[in-house]
Amino acid sequence: MKIVLENLTKKYPNRNRKIREDVVAVDHFNFEIPDGQLVSLLGPSGCGKSTALNMICGLEKPTGGKIYFGDDDVTLLPPEKRGVGMVFQSYALYPHLTVRKNIMFPLENLKGSRKLSREEMNRKVEEAARLVQIDDLMDRRPNEMSGGQQQRVAIARALVKMPKVLLLDEPLSNLDARLRIQTREEIRRIQKKTGITTVFVTHDQEEAMSISDRMVVMKSGVLQQIGKPQDIYDSPDNLFVARFLGNPPINVFEGRIRDKVLFIGEDPVADHIEAADQKVYAGIRPEGFVLDENGPLVCRLKSLEVLGRDTSIVSAHDQMAGTQIRSIISAERAVDTTGRTVSFTVKPNKLFLFNHETEKRIPAEGMQAVRKG
Amino acid sequence: MDKKSWKGWLYLLPALIFLGVFMLYPMADVLVYSFEEGFNSASQSYSGTGLYNFSYVLHDPYFLQALKNTFILVIITVPVSTGMALLISALLCSIRKLREFFQTVFFLPYVTNTLAVGLVFMILFKKTPYSDGFVNRILHFFGGNTVDFIEGPYWAKMLVMCLYTIWIVMPFKILILTSAMASVNPDYYKAARVDGTSSLRIFWRITIPMISPMISYLVITGFIGAFKAYSDEVAIFGTNLNAAGMNTLVGYIYDMLYGDSGGYPSYASAAALILFAIVFTITVMNLMVRKKTNYLSEG
Repeated sequence: MKIVLENLTKKYPNRNRKIREDVVAVDHFNFEIPDGQLVSLLGPSGCGKSTALNMICGLEKPTGGKIYFGDDDVTLLPPEKRGVGMVFQSYALYPHLTVRKNIMFPLENLKGSRKLSREEMNRKVEEAARLVQIDDLMDRRPNEMSGGQQQRVAIARALVKMPKVLLLDEPLSNLDARLRIQTREEIRRIQKKTGITTVFVTHDQEEAMSISDRMVVMKSGVLQQIGKPQDIYDSPDNLFVARFLGNPPINVFEGRIRDKVLFIGEDPVADHIEAADQKVYAGIRPEGFVLDENGPLVCRLKSLEVLGRDTSIVSAHDQMAGTQIRSIISAERAVDTTGRTVSFTVKPNKLFLFNHETEKRIPAEGMQAVRKG
Repeated sequence: MDKKSWKGWLYLLPALIFLGVFMLYPMADVLVYSFEEGFNSASQSYSGTGLYNFSYVLHDPYFLQALKNTFILVIITVPVSTGMALLISALLCSIRKLREFFQTVFFLPYVTNTLAVGLVFMILFKKTPYSDGFVNRILHFFGGNTVDFIEGPYWAKMLVMCLYTIWIVMPFKILILTSAMASVNPDYYKAARVDGTSSLRIFWRITIPMISPMISYLVITGFIGAFKAYSDEVAIFGTNLNAAGMNTLVGYIYDMLYGDSGGYPSYASAAALILFAIVFTITVMNLMVRKKTNYLSEG
């Protein structure tokens, strides 16, 4: 089922009554989720991603705009008429019911012609349980299960009615690191197998990148960028998106374009930039640094972290915007730690320029790295 | 005993002394009195030992009347007040406007003095030379006959008594239940809404189980409180409860100790022990049921 959001907006009255202006949680969202895809809504907490999900679900009414499932306008429909399944951050499993009863709960609500016989219900419950591989835990209560198992039950309960759309609200945030990776693969597997259009809300960029077909990056209710994870990573539209994606995060420098050359401090780092002279932010991905004695970017060496596969160099620079610069280079290259400084050249495809005021990306197609001498 | 635990006992000593003097000793004394026949507290003498006190109490028509009254009161008021409190709390939780106002209104009886409330009930129900009482006026309006609720037939007096008790115990229950309902994780309700659960089913299948520990707490304390009813009866029917036929177990014990016929500590002790046995049995039964139905304990 394709989902289309059209100018979707949600405003709340301000908690502080002195401020008349409403809080805009979701600001004119326009995007389309293709049928059968897994799409993440990604952003820091308070960016409106859960509100957007609740509106798709029908738990909250939008202040403006429309939501379409396929060709049907579902904006005003209650959740049960939209055919959605939802998994909550807290799982919301009923603690007094067994796993079987929990999964059966949505089926028991069906009325009229959609009402199912006991056998049919049991069959569907078994089916959903097998799909998430908890069919041997059917008679347990939620508090007798681990977090990961509870998560599976919650997914089974959301899937048992075979919804057209599956919604997941931060489903992994209560799990430990290892289980999180396991469960996200599991969610991906289940989604692929059932082909249900899935919307996944998270604040964890790694989680979003690893399992989504598409990502929607949000900030303070405003849509920042939509696209395939790799595309967004390789070509962020603005400084926020560049900073939000990637671990370790992107390194940001204060820079200046002068005569088509990017200067960081007084050092020319890249040239052939087709843009007007201006102050810019220069973002360089950790993997965009190349160790080079003749490199123009000279940083003070702080420490070296050997991680086996690669080496992480922590350094500092007068023009950097954060507290440190972290660059990752292959471990096969020996790093000279005797000196006080390290010099880098920069890979042009890992270097992004942003306008200093608007923080929007400055296109610089033919950019080339500069070497001294 | 090592030094550490010796110190611990030392710190506990003041509390232990108080408990011993004002709780354990009187309790043991009651037990002793109940087996001493014709104990006289002035001369500290008694005529013999045995089970005669219990036999006397259990054959005393006043005691049997008090036992019957108490049981009727318990069986009617505890379920009715808990059920009504549940209903009112559920309704309170589902309204937004004026919720705080209504919460205050429902809580008012709790902070009102029992005797003051008794006065209000007098105005509602009592027949005086000048008026038949407010309730009788309503009965007249609908073509009914005058009923003397305070000095009339037993059922009428019992009705007033039950209404009074329910009215006075409900505020606390509403307070506990509304806060219990408010503390249920809203995600459960959201999940239920996504699944299209009807509000009646949400109430029975989610709200009630979620607040079941609080309900059983209220039922247990409700039983205990109703078995110990006395002051409410005095507020309506005056101190001579035996004459009104509305005595309760605690009232009977009080009468045996200090009442007009007073001065029978042995009978009072025996009656107190019987009351204790009843309350104890019911509480244990309640706890057993509670254990069976408590799903929320960490397994």
